[in-house]
Amino acid sequence: MTAAPVLELRGVSKRFGAVQALTDVDLEIRPGEVTALVGDNGAGKSTLVKTIAGVHPIDSGAIHFRGEPVRIARPHDAQELGIATVYQDLALCDNLDVVANLFLGREIRRHTMLDHVTMEQRSRELLDTLSIRIPSVRIPVASLSGGQRQVVAIARALVGEPEVVILDEPTAALGVEQTAQVLDLVERLRERGLAVILISHNMADVQAVADRVAVLRLGRNNGVFPVAGTSHETIIAAITGAADNAVSRRRDRISKAGDEEREQEDPS
Amino acid sequence: MTQPAPDPRLLVRERGLAGYVTEFRRRIAGGELGSLPVVVGLIIIAIVFEAQTGTFLTPGNLSNISVYIAGPGIMAVGIVLVLLLGEIDLSVGSVAGLSAALWAVLSVNQGYHDLLAIGLAIVAGAAVGLIHGFFFAKIGVPAFVVTLAGFLGWSGLQIWVMGNEGTINIPRDSLVRDFTTYYFSDIAFAYGLAALITAGYVLALLRTERRRERAALATRPVTEIVLRGALVALVAFTVAYTLNQHRGLPLALVIFLGVLFAGHFVLRHTPYGRQIYAVGGNAEAARRAGINVARVRLTVFVIASSLAALGGLFWAAQAGGASKSLGSGNLLMNVIAAAVIGGTSLFGGRGWVWSALLGTLVIQSITTGLNLLGMAAEIQYMITGAVLLLAVVLDSVSRRTQRTAGRT
Ligand SMILES: Nc1ncnc2c1ncn2[C@@H]1O[C@H](COP(=O)(O)OP(=O)(O)OP(=O)(O)O)[C@@H](O)[C@H]1O
Ligand SMILES: [Mg+2]
Repeated sequence: MTAAPVLELRGVSKRFGAVQALTDVDLEIRPGEVTALVGDNGAGKSTLVKTIAGVHPIDSGAIHFRGEPVRIARPHDAQELGIATVYQDLALCDNLDVVANLFLGREIRRHTMLDHVTMEQRSRELLDTLSIRIPSVRIPVASLSGGQRQVVAIARALVGEPEVVILDEPTAALGVEQTAQVLDLVERLRERGLAVILISHNMADVQAVADRVAVLRLGRNNGVFPVAGTSHETIIAAITGAADNAVSRRRDRISKAGDEEREQEDPS
Repeated sequence: MTQPAPDPRLLVRERGLAGYVTEFRRRIAGGELGSLPVVVGLIIIAIVFEAQTGTFLTPGNLSNISVYIAGPGIMAVGIVLVLLLGEIDLSVGSVAGLSAALWAVLSVNQGYHDLLAIGLAIVAGAAVGLIHGFFFAKIGVPAFVVTLAGFLGWSGLQIWVMGNEGTINIPRDSLVRDFTTYYFSDIAFAYGLAALITAGYVLALLRTERRRERAALATRPVTEIVLRGALVALVAFTVAYTLNQHRGLPLALVIFLGVLFAGHFVLRHTPYGRQIYAVGGNAEAARRAGINVARVRLTVFVIASSLAALGGLFWAAQAGGASKSLGSGNLLMNVIAAAVIGGTSLFGGRGWVWSALLGTLVIQSITTGLNLLGMAAEIQYMITGAVLLLAVVLDSVSRRTQRTAGRT
C-alpha cells in the first residue's frame, strides 16, 4: 500500500520544562493502514499523540494534513481535521452519563436543543457494534468498570466520522474477549480506509493488526519497520536501543536454564 | 454482530410500586441523595414552626415567604451555576448592593427612566462578572481570590456611588417597588399558572416518551407518568390555592420562577448547559473534547453577577431603598448556603437549579419562623450556620459514599 500520507509530522519537537519529550520526530500516517507506535515507558508516545490531537501544541516542526501544512493549536483544530483520539487516561467526565460522554463537544441537536433521544439511540447502536455490556447508558461513567470506561472512550472516538483514529493503549484495561473485539474494530477501521495509529506495549497485538511499526526511543525516531518480514527481535532491539537488552538477556537466561534442565534430565 | 446477552448482574428495575421502592433504597445506599434531604427538612421545619407558633402555615405568612425568597433565590441560581463549575463566587452580596445603589442613583437622583436604570444596573452586574471571569478564566487567578477581591472592591464602589446619601428611598410609583409589592390578585392568574406548569410538564413528558418509544428505547410506565403529573399538579395547585387565599400571585414569585425555568432549560436542554457540567466534572476532559473551557467559565461568572444584580433590586425593594450597607451582612452566606442546602455539590459537576428554590425556601422558612418566635438575629445566624454545616456534611458524606459505592 503506497497511498499518499494523510498525516505527516516533520521534525516535531516538544519540551516540558527541563524534559525534552520529543526531538525532531518524523511520522507518516497513511489511509487504510494501521501504524503501530511503540517504545518504552516514557519514550514520548503519548506526548506525540497529544501534539497531533492539539492537547500540547508543538514547539517546532511541521504537521501536514492531506499534504497541506496545518496548525493544530487546540483540540478543536484536530477535531475539525477529522482526527479522533482515545487518550491513555481516557479523558472522560465522571459526573456525566455514558451518552453525554460519547457526544461531548459534538452533541446532536434538534431545534438547537439537545436531542437526548437520538443521542441515546445512537449510543446504543455504537456500543452494540463494540459488543460491550454496559448496565445502562444513563448512568454516570464513574460507576463503570475500568474496561467499560475504556470501551466508552473508544466508542467516543467513532462518533464524529473521523479520518484518522489514534488509540493510546486502548486494550490496557481490557479482558481477552474485549481486546479481541478492539483489534477487530481496528481492522474494520482500516478496511473502511481510515488511518489508525495504535500505541501498544503488547507485541502480539501489534503484529496481529499493524501494517507498520514506528519506534520511538527517548523522544526520537528509532526506525520504521513493515510488520511483515520484521522479526520480533529487531523491533525489541529498536525499542531498547541494543541487541543486548533486558528482554534478550532474560530469554537467553530462560532458554539456557531450560537447556540445563534438559541436560540434567537426560544425561546422555 | 450479535447482540450481547444482558449481564445477569444488571439491576433491572422491577415494574410497579415495588420497583420504585427498591430503586429508592439503592439510591440512598449509593449516596445519591440529591435534593431529597432538603425536601424532608422543609417538611420538618414547617411542622415544627407550625406547632410552635400556630401561624406559620397561614396563607399570609406563606405568601410573604414566597416574595422574600425571590431576591436571594435569583442570586442563588447564579451561585448554582458557579458551583457546578466547581468554583465559588464570594462577591454576589456586594454586587447586589452595588446594583441597587446604581439603580437608585440613576433612577431617583438622576431621573433616568426606571426601565433604563434597571437595565443599566444589570449591565453593570454583567460587566462585573466579565471582570471576574477575565481574571479567573483567562489569567488563571483562583475564583475564590478574584471574587474575594470583588467582595471588597464592589462594596467600596457601592459606597462611593451612594456618595453623601446614606440611603435612597424607593419612590411610590417605582417599578422596582412593584417587584415585591405587586400581586396578580385575580385568582385566575395563580390557577392559570399552576395549570400551565402542570400541562407543560405532562406534555413534555408524554412527547419524550413517544419519541423514545419510536426509537425503541426504554420508556416509563404509564403509572409513573400519571404519578409524576399528579405530584406536580398537587404542589402547583396547593401553592396557587394558598396564594389566592392571601393577595393572589406575587410578581416576585413569577419572576423567580421565570429565572428557574430558564436556568433549568439551559442546563438540561442546551449544549452550553452540558458544557458547564463537563467543565465542572473534568475540565481537562472537557478541553480535549473541544470545549472552550475559558469561554464557559467566563460566561458563567457573567451570568452569576447579572443575576446577583437583578436579585439586588429585589433586595432593595424589600428593604424599601438602596443604602451603603445593602447586601452586606448575611446575604452572601445565605445565598451560597441556599444553593448547597438545596443539593448542589460544592465539589462541582453535580446539582440542578431547583436547589436554589429549595435552599432559599429552607433558609427563609427558618428566618421567618424564628422571627415569629421572637428570636434575636444572633440566634438566627447560629441556626442558619448549623444548617449550612449540616448540608455540607451531607454533601461530603454522600460524595464519600458514592465513591465507596463506585459512583465517584
Ligand atoms: N504534561 C507534562 N509535563 C511535564 N512532563 C511531561 C508531561 N507529559 C509527559 N511528560 C514527560 O515526557 C516524557 C514522555 O512521556 P509520555 O507520556 O509521552 O511517555 P509514553 O511513551 O506515553 O510512556 P508510557 O508507555 O508509559 O505511556 C516523560 O519523560 C514524561 O515525564
Ligand atoms: Mg503513554
